[in-house]
Amino acid sequence: MKEMSRIVKTVTNFVYGFIIIFGFYIIAHGHLTPGGGFQGGAVVGSAFALLLVSYGSLNSKKFLKEDIFSLFEGFGLILFIVLGFSGLGITFFYNFLANSGGWFGDTAVIGVNPGDMNTGGVIPLMNIAVGLEVLSAFGVIVLTMARGAEFTKKKEKS
Amino acid sequence: MSSIVEIIHISTLVIMIIASFLAVVFKKLLPSIVALSVASLLLSLEFYLLHAPDVAIAEAAIGAGLTMAIFIFAIRGTR
Repeated sequence: MKEMSRIVKTVTNFVYGFIIIFGFYIIAHGHLTPGGGFQGGAVVGSAFALLLVSYGSLNSKKFLKEDIFSLFEGFGLILFIVLGFSGLGITFFYNFLANSGGWFGDTAVIGVNPGDMNTGGVIPLMNIAVGLEVLSAFGVIVLTMARGAEFTKKKEKS
Repeated sequence: MSSIVEIIHISTLVIMIIASFLAVVFKKLLPSIVALSVASLLLSLEFYLLHAPDVAIAEAAIGAGLTMAIFIFAIRGTR
């Protein structure tokens, strides 16, 4: 696929890392601040779309292919459903990690406070699973659309 | 204080209507897509002003980012 101009490529080099880090921030703080798995995954997917529009491919080595994204997508979905079935001793999707003192297990403080990362039980893990699934799905969508556009162009030329 | 918020609401909606009109009017395809993206970004600002930051983040990422990228791919396929 054709590259864009040098201005677009320079701005992309400055910006795309910050966009990806911001998306992972939204995913990791999904139980405290606005946002969550879907929104953070969409932000990371828009960074992938920016790279693919300006450079023509996701990286020079081309190891980020649709198979890798599809693998991560399946991993996110399996993590989500395993977390859902893990609380099946009481009910489906039971929050078995909340108030247990372990992973994300602190008791939530009542009142005005800056927010504790270590609360929420199973919800941050589900946010991470949904974020992984959504960013891989958007990567697959963008790569497939780019390949389809290239294929159509090649077919029109011949 | 409330009148300032109302002025921001009304100006956001007016610029959104202007951007959507420009997206229809432009002859070239790439400026038309940019105008459509500006309309979507202002819609996300409107969602934020209406106290829905979740919807604002999702709208800014999908409506202004991914839709624009997919339209650019479609344009490259047509030429």
